[in-house]
Amino acid sequence: MIDLMNVSYDTQIPNNVGLSSDKRVLKALEKWHPGYINWWNDLIPENFQQSLVYLRTAVSVDPKGWAKFDYVKMPEYRWGVLLAPHVEDRKIPCGEHAGQPAWQEVPGEYRNMLKRLIVIQGDTEPASVEQQKFLGRTAPSLYDMRNLFQVNVEEGRHLWAMVYLLHKYFGKDGREEADDLLRRSSGSEEAPRMLGAFNEATPDWLSFFMFTYFTDRDGKMQLESLAQSGFDPLSRTCRFMLTEEAHHMFVGETGVGRIIERTCQVMKENGIEDPYDVDRIRSYGVLDLPTVQKKLNLHYTLSLDLFGQEVSTNAANAFNAGIKGRYMEHRIDDDHKLVNDTYSVCDLEGDAVVRRDVPALTAINMRLRDDYSRDASGGVGRWNKILEKAGVAFELKLPHEAFNRKIGVFANKEFNPEGKLVSGAEYDAGVKNWLPTHADGDYIQSLMVPEYEPGKYAGWIAPPKVGIDNKPGDFEYVKLHMA
Amino acid sequence: MNKPLKQHLIDPEICIRCYTCEMTCPIEAITHDDTNVVVDAGKCDFCMACIPVCPTGSIDEWRVVAEPYSIAEQLSWDELPEQQDIGAGAGDVEEALDETVAALLAEAHKGVGGKARAPSSAAKPTINLYTRSKPAKAVVQGSYRLTSEESGAEVRHIILDLGGQPFPVMEGQSIGIIAPGADENGNPHLPRLYSISSPRDGERPGYNNISLTVKREDGGICSNYVCDLKIGDEVLITGPFGATFLMPDDPSARLLMVCTGTGSAPFRAFTMRRQRVAAAGDGDMVLFFGARAPDSLPYFGPLNKIPGRILKKHLVFSRIPGAQKEYVQDRMMVEQEVIAEMLQDPRTHIYVCGLRGMEEGVEKAFLNIAESAGVPWESTREVMCGEGRYHVETY
Repeated sequence: MIDLMNVSYDTQIPNNVGLSSDKRVLKALEKWHPGYINWWNDLIPENFQQSLVYLRTAVSVDPKGWAKFDYVKMPEYRWGVLLAPHVEDRKIPCGEHAGQPAWQEVPGEYRNMLKRLIVIQGDTEPASVEQQKFLGRTAPSLYDMRNLFQVNVEEGRHLWAMVYLLHKYFGKDGREEADDLLRRSSGSEEAPRMLGAFNEATPDWLSFFMFTYFTDRDGKMQLESLAQSGFDPLSRTCRFMLTEEAHHMFVGETGVGRIIERTCQVMKENGIEDPYDVDRIRSYGVLDLPTVQKKLNLHYTLSLDLFGQEVSTNAANAFNAGIKGRYMEHRIDDDHKLVNDTYSVCDLEGDAVVRRDVPALTAINMRLRDDYSRDASGGVGRWNKILEKAGVAFELKLPHEAFNRKIGVFANKEFNPEGKLVSGAEYDAGVKNWLPTHADGDYIQSLMVPEYEPGKYAGWIAPPKVGIDNKPGDFEYVKLHMA
Repeated sequence: MNKPLKQHLIDPEICIRCYTCEMTCPIEAITHDDTNVVVDAGKCDFCMACIPVCPTGSIDEWRVVAEPYSIAEQLSWDELPEQQDIGAGAGDVEEALDETVAALLAEAHKGVGGKARAPSSAAKPTINLYTRSKPAKAVVQGSYRLTSEESGAEVRHIILDLGGQPFPVMEGQSIGIIAPGADENGNPHLPRLYSISSPRDGERPGYNNISLTVKREDGGICSNYVCDLKIGDEVLITGPFGATFLMPDDPSARLLMVCTGTGSAPFRAFTMRRQRVAAAGDGDMVLFFGARAPDSLPYFGPLNKIPGRILKKHLVFSRIPGAQKEYVQDRMMVEQEVIAEMLQDPRTHIYVCGLRGMEEGVEKAFLNIAESAGVPWESTREVMCGEGRYHVETY
């Protein structure tokens, strides 16, 4: 009998899908495996590959078993194929097939649509590792370095998860797609990653924290809606990925929070009341709050673009087919078919941003983006609590969703962060206050000096309140290989 | 006043509102509004399913309270309240959430002489996954006699297979076994605690099994039950328990271990762990192990096969015909230079495990050795204790 709860190590690839008795897929995955290892080894600098990192590994998909911590060399991390437990009698939760038994095999009529969704999701996972590959060299502490690597190995595992689905359910073209996931590369001229935000560089740790807060949160929303898929293997895969994704949100939220905390502390120590006294604040080697706001503006808006067009027939088709649901579909109280429902979407009327009602089926993207913005605003509120507690008069805000957009109705229109359409001259004058400038980037870069001593933190970031796995402050999260 | 109770709380300053705990809780004891995620004290049954899934550590907060905080109160918090001073026990490390077991462990660890603490680098153990009302079902995979027929003592090595049930353990932890049947008053038997003698990745690496080292006691209900178990028998177990008698997760840490009889169980686990993963570290291990004779010393054969560079062994016998009686403390005195050197090294962790009767002699030996090296023992022990480097488990 296949043990579907615990991870089996009887093949080279840890899994809870009975790989050892599925020779065809096992062989395909074993063939793909060396390419993956090469990709990983070429990416992450050698001394980090050899270092012992205190990582969390799942030993079971049961909540009791999926967070065991130990020192691991990253190339020896047990990447594997883990699906959330099978739910007996699961039904397709939405669309025209709602209420019918969930598919255990790919429904022929939706094969291409399904494959495309899996490929797009799969493409983002290795992309983020590529974007973050040099950050270990400037880690502000071993704690942060460990969190970076945890995020990286889990993104790697998410790639595995998608590749398994491609190999298992999509035959030859699935295998080709899986190979292409390793062929494309973030920022590449010839073969870039599929989505814009995943070709942007992550040059510094503020960007990394903003990326994990905002862009990984898009990942979370996409996984949440794929977890509602009527194609059961995809749903189970994404459900387990979500438990890992939560760690990435944590890294982002606390990372930005710790930067803010440190800036407030330094401002108070030196009697600086005005948060816009940028030069003076920078003279103490911390990140001024206006720069934090500019980075926030950039990453939030880049992430909004990932949700696609506000009104989309592709999204409608995927929902109607039952292969992609809505965020928390099972908690929404409607017919889950959206036959007669409407939803209000953003639009432009002349210069004004308006919301107008459209058939809800075509507004799936907009709805997910609204859910995303609500989810993203929570952490911003908690960052503001840090400012409030420190008595610093500054408030971080999510910019208006029309600002700095490349996709959708607001694409390439000159809105300011308040959502007002401005003239080209006004935009040019204002943009240096809205988005990070080269000079801001240079300043941030100047702070990126590694701190590798256990328990020590770079001067621009506060230590975390609790250690990973409840470890004490000076715990050596990474035993660096110094060769 | 009501009896104080332990309440599970979530730290709102650390929680990132990912709601993973809420989705994981099997009985919907966790809920949230726009501000906080909170635990309903009336519902939470300490199943601990939410603890490992939390990405932040904010979930692992406990307060001993006379009156539990309501949901409304918790939703209004910006930060967690301090632990109120309502008597003994509040704020200590949790060895078990089960009162009976917690009391047993407190008794076993009292030889530490203060609050028992885990080594600072020890991995955080899972406790109380399985309880008397919801025990795990293990199947006996093996039962081997470790002592000879002639020795008069029967100590057995028992291997339990946990099958598909997650049962994450750390070396040094214990499990509870519930003997079937009832006592003279018709109540079910209380669980007895046994130290796990296998390392965290299983008696066999990668297999979900654990081993125990159990001595058959005259008239002992549980020990006779366990020693009589046959391969294939099902056993109800609780735990894992214990959060302080753990090994440091640091290959450079030095371990000084003193035991008698089945007190060797955790040290077998420590040694195997080191052999499997940390052999490259420079931390040494020294073992003082007392028994009547070689044929009554559990694991005598396998122990002798462990290379001296991994484990320096001092097997000490008190009933060898024609030889002088020797106890662990006697041999410690012989080796006092080694011990004195280790006592002064901040990387050293001391573990004492076995019958209560051994404590006094061992303590005296440490005192003598320390003082003759010019090291004040009381304060050294206090420091080691505070740093989680001094551990006693006796029964």
